[in-house]
Amino acid sequence: MSATGFEVAVLGAGMHPWGKWGRNFVEYGVHAARAALADAGLAWTDVQFVAGGDTVRNGYPGYVAGATFAQALGWSGAQVASTYGACATGAQAVDVARARILAGLCDVALVVGADTTPKGFFAPTGGERQQDPDWLRFRLLGATNPVYFGLYARRRMALYGATVEDFARVKVKNARHGVVNPNARYRKEVSLEEVMASPVVSDPLRLLDICATSDGGAAVVLTSMAFARRHTTRPVTIAGVSTVTPQYPNTVIEMPNFATDSAVGVALPDVSFRDSIARGAYEQAGVGPEDLDLAEVYDLSTALELDWYENVGLCKPGEAEALVRDGATALGGRIPVNASGGLASFGEAVPAQAIAQVCELTWQLRGQAAGRQVEGARVGLAVNQGLFGHGSSLLLKV
Amino acid sequence: MPPSQSPPSRPSPAPGAKPRRHAVAGWFTEDAEGGPALLGSRCSACGTYAFPKETFSCRNPRCGSTALVEVPLSRSGRLWSWTDNRYAPPPPYVAGDPFEPYAIAAVELEREQMVVLGQVARGVPTARLEVGAPMELVVETLFADDDAEHVSWKWRPVGEAVAARPRGAQRPGGERG
Repeated sequence: MSATGFEVAVLGAGMHPWGKWGRNFVEYGVHAARAALADAGLAWTDVQFVAGGDTVRNGYPGYVAGATFAQALGWSGAQVASTYGACATGAQAVDVARARILAGLCDVALVVGADTTPKGFFAPTGGERQQDPDWLRFRLLGATNPVYFGLYARRRMALYGATVEDFARVKVKNARHGVVNPNARYRKEVSLEEVMASPVVSDPLRLLDICATSDGGAAVVLTSMAFARRHTTRPVTIAGVSTVTPQYPNTVIEMPNFATDSAVGVALPDVSFRDSIARGAYEQAGVGPEDLDLAEVYDLSTALELDWYENVGLCKPGEAEALVRDGATALGGRIPVNASGGLASFGEAVPAQAIAQVCELTWQLRGQAAGRQVEGARVGLAVNQGLFGHGSSLLLKV
Repeated sequence: MPPSQSPPSRPSPAPGAKPRRHAVAGWFTEDAEGGPALLGSRCSACGTYAFPKETFSCRNPRCGSTALVEVPLSRSGRLWSWTDNRYAPPPPYVAGDPFEPYAIAAVELEREQMVVLGQVARGVPTARLEVGAPMELVVETLFADDDAEHVSWKWRPVGEAVAARPRGAQRPGGERG
């Protein structure tokens, strides 16, 4: 693969296992950071720049995650940034670190995200917040996140004839992948029948179609290519990072909105928001979906994983059900998706999640994903989307 | 919770009945010709609509006009998708006790070319919800507390019988930390 000139290396990757541990998120972040540094063969004091992914659930220290992790690791004078983009937080943190490396402002950057989550539905910030659409969607509609997932799932059924069984197949596949992942929270196979018999949360989605909320932490050590080549002969590189926003008018209802944009008087963009997310990473890297060996996609629900197959170009609209039915996206298939086990096996630890996708792709491209290795993987895509219109996609290659 | 501001209620409450208040101020009207309507905005320069209404600057990136006017939106549209909630959402949703599951509809408005969410009117069986079918706007109780009956907009399949009055009073949600 030819270098585009915009590449940085992932020299180290580390995670704190996902679970419902109930401890301070800083602990998971520090654990993941130390694991990533050990993996890179570097010391914390070698890090020149720290990018922290903010969490909205852990109060003041969570909002200033970069400094919080830096303090916990021991003040070293490193430069720092903190980012927030909901589920896309980690991609933004990676992007900030990448930009500093590419600008020549540093050689070694540490990117960390971690979260501690409450039990049950994610809820908005408390108080009486009549100006906050996230607060209002709960107040006026009771529109939880699974409500939006349910709307997308039903739309797939209406447009393409998707079935509850198709959705369940995604869970069965991802649960099987996750069984061997030591960082996964759920490491147990489930059957189609178990998924379909689990309680309906937001029709047509069952409990086992919807990802849990988890505690976890993930970190990567990013370096310049020149620095990486002094430490390894075969660096994994980040060749594309997309943090795109939608183009007006965005005609698909997005969390936490009450309505889509209006398409009156303005031509629709050439690509929908979800289609544009991975496209940004492909274009930077100079590759396309046909070059992929694997993909990590954001399976907040099983039905959403099917949407992503189409949005990232693995198949045409309406063909995703056939892909999962044929096993094309299972390990051993044409294009394995969520070899890590995905959110189905992890649950969502928001600021860590995009970084965790980078960890998985790094291990896959190095051939270190024991028990779930995609043989000979050289190009991998991660894609994700955050509340309020945050795209997140990363293209890794080796 | 503090009472919401509300335009004049109608119909007038019976003596001794709780006052009727809009659960959110200025998002819908019951005084438009032809029935209740959502209140959105329309840009006088480029014609684009927004809901909830935009008051500051048009969201069309090639417009940016500040000449925005409040307009009632179409009272009916076609069902884009629907789902329901079988478990009580967390506050600030005010869930009844016992919790009554409810459906949520995404309805596509033809004139505005936009999709707007709303709860489905009480008592509509989900078997009556079909993607592509016509839906119309109604206003009914969202929740009741000690002070008032709080009403909001909801979607209902066209031709569906008017829902029965809500069951007994609901308790307000718990305090949040």
